[in-house]
Amino acid sequence: MFSYCADPSTLSGLTWLSCYLTTGVHMSFYTAFGKVLLLLAITAPVALGFGFLGAMSARSPVAPVAWLGKAYIAVVRGVPDIAFFLFFVIALDQGFEYLRHKVLCPDWDQPIRQGNDFIVCQAAKLPLGSAPEWQHETYGFFLAVLTFSIVFGAFAANVIFGAMRAVPRAQMETAEAFGMTRRQSFWRILVPQMWVYALPGLSNLWMVLIKATPLLFLLGIEDIVYWARELGGTKTPRFTDYPHGDWRVWYFLALLVFYLTFTRVSEKLLDRIMQRLSHGQATAAGEAQRRAQA
Amino acid sequence: MSCWETLADYGLRSLGIGERLLPRSDFTICQQVVLIGSGLIWNIYFGVLALVSGFFLATAVALGKASQHRWLAKPADWFILLFRGSPLFIQFFFAYFLFLSLKGQYEAFDLFTSAWAGALIVLFLNTAAYSAEIFYGALRSVPKGDIEAADAYGMTGWVRFRRITWPTMLRLAWPAYTNEAIFLFHATTLVFFSGFPARQQKGDALYYASYFADKTFNPFVPYPILAGYFILLTLVIVGIFGLANKRLNRHLPQEARSRMRLRMNLIR
Amino acid sequence: MKKLILSTAALALSAGFAMAESHGMTVRMGTEGAYPPYNFINDAGEIDGFERELGDELCARAELTCEWVKNDWDSIIPNLVSGNYDTIIAGMSITDERDEVIDFTQNYYPPTASAYVAASEDADLEGGVVAAQTSTIQAGHVAETGATLLEFATPEETVAAVRNGEADAVFADKDYLVPIVEASGGELMFVGDDVPLGGGIGLGLRESDGELKDKFDAAITSMKEDGTLNALLIKWFGEETTIYE
Repeated sequence: MFSYCADPSTLSGLTWLSCYLTTGVHMSFYTAFGKVLLLLAITAPVALGFGFLGAMSARSPVAPVAWLGKAYIAVVRGVPDIAFFLFFVIALDQGFEYLRHKVLCPDWDQPIRQGNDFIVCQAAKLPLGSAPEWQHETYGFFLAVLTFSIVFGAFAANVIFGAMRAVPRAQMETAEAFGMTRRQSFWRILVPQMWVYALPGLSNLWMVLIKATPLLFLLGIEDIVYWARELGGTKTPRFTDYPHGDWRVWYFLALLVFYLTFTRVSEKLLDRIMQRLSHGQATAAGEAQRRAQA
Repeated sequence: MSCWETLADYGLRSLGIGERLLPRSDFTICQQVVLIGSGLIWNIYFGVLALVSGFFLATAVALGKASQHRWLAKPADWFILLFRGSPLFIQFFFAYFLFLSLKGQYEAFDLFTSAWAGALIVLFLNTAAYSAEIFYGALRSVPKGDIEAADAYGMTGWVRFRRITWPTMLRLAWPAYTNEAIFLFHATTLVFFSGFPARQQKGDALYYASYFADKTFNPFVPYPILAGYFILLTLVIVGIFGLANKRLNRHLPQEARSRMRLRMNLIR
Repeated sequence: MKKLILSTAALALSAGFAMAESHGMTVRMGTEGAYPPYNFINDAGEIDGFERELGDELCARAELTCEWVKNDWDSIIPNLVSGNYDTIIAGMSITDERDEVIDFTQNYYPPTASAYVAASEDADLEGGVVAAQTSTIQAGHVAETGATLLEFATPEETVAAVRNGEADAVFADKDYLVPIVEASGGELMFVGDDVPLGGGIGLGLRESDGELKDKFDAAITSMKEDGTLNALLIKWFGEETTIYE
């Protein structure tokens, strides 16, 4: 990075550190923070979408649809997320490739499973074997987002399902009295009002999601924990210009600070959103706001 | 080898009882089910002990956080922030590191570097922090009227807390606390996975599941077995907590009881 | 499960192989990146080591375009058979167990010795606590001896366990341990006899990929014949290492 870094063995103190902290590997470490934030930013809305769909289907009047929704919530919530992550991504990947294979190579005559091998035609590979690396990387990232979303979508579905039932019955009855159809009262009355009930649960879920990101490396993303372990490990002089002992504890300390700050800031922000949402609602918090103003 | 023999050989393998060597070839479904189930003993051990011991610390911390005294409220607040704000993964790492360095200086810390004690402490503190936050929220929602009524009866201090505040707090917190219990049991799978080393191949359910995934090179059998076990475990937890919930709310009319259940969904 | 190569490494590679584009087929090489000197991440963030250099040379000889991919050790075989990359080149010993599931080329590294490293000469290797990386042939070996097996996810942690006294000894590939013992300044030392395990190290491939296997086999043979493989071995593992006759 800096010109004086050419021969690190002659450096010491802060100059050494400044060179050490700007090596290529450290740059990857810093990018990993961005990766984690990006993943969170994408996963949160997608998981919310899954959650909304799950909750909608769980309260559907059509029995099989309701069972499906309820089964999704119960099964995914019942399984530790690690167990899910350990096999789900490969399953997802193979599932996609299998579907593409069926569509793109209809006259393929060999079996897809040959012993242990999973073989689809070249055209069905995701991404194509010849694709540039960034496509593989993006695809891996996409799979990780999808897996996270499916898992946390189930939790979100559970929260939203509860929130929908928490909206006071009187509100819905009033809507019916105004002659709204089922659909209308759902979208115009229930959905806008349920958020205030869902938010405490959802914000808690957001915290859990943040703290689940160290499991990203199981999904094949080189996240901050992966790099902290890799960089912090003992480095012998033969393989690096910056040999050092076991420094994992310092790297993990940095991660600890990162996570604590991140959750703290999130907490403050969510509190503020909650205050705004409570405005004018028929809840204790809403009532308190009304009194304060009056 | 019949499945019964497998059960006899490996049923308690996670505790070091039975066959010493794990199966090494010709893996059967039965072996996988038995060994992963055997590992579940550890998950239950960690979960139950951490939950029970954490419950008491959580009550204390929640009271501390709600206290008027700064020097009680602040440390309680920090404790909760530290354990709720950081991933368990990182907590395990630090705990293991800390116990190792303490072990070098004091003989007494010898056992804490093994999972059964060290990881239990981390899980205990972790669940205490989460539950404390839940209890604290519930404490603040205890209806003012309840306290006033207790005052009117002349109850003060400990009696008022034990007979009025505490039961009401539990009632309000119970649904969220049920969720915390489920999460805690799930979290026990991290013990051997990232935190503490497995000794003589005595590990938890996930440890054996990944052993088989590694030996058979097929993740699609052991992990779903593990998932099945945990779904069952979750159902049991929900059942037990549901019974306790019923007991906590036994004085309420039928309709009000079912309304309590809704809150379960509000947290996590 | 895709382990992703670093973008910097990918850039460096795409530049390096721009000329090789005419070779046609792209082969994705899966490695762990945490096992020096076989494979590791260098200061620039690229995959480096004996296998990196060897792999690039093999690809050049077999006229293949190669891309390097990192993958977690635990899931390195499932991802190969699932088709996320085409070869495993990660210091993987050829064993019967693995051979049932995947194919190996001929070995490019002679059968390795595994060795014990401890903090004191009188470490008890039969009845004491021995650390090894989870799901390696070494862990399997320790489980069969009388010693208490202590398993860690990464090789780094196994050595750390010996340094801090958690384990009496670590059992691993000797070549992995040599630089560590050298750098420890007398703190760590080899104890006991070396144990030969496995049938050498080869490239792992899907069983259905016979054609690719032949190409790599031929390339390895040609490197063995003209002595370039031996030169590489000496460069990365030192003068005393076993070389091909």
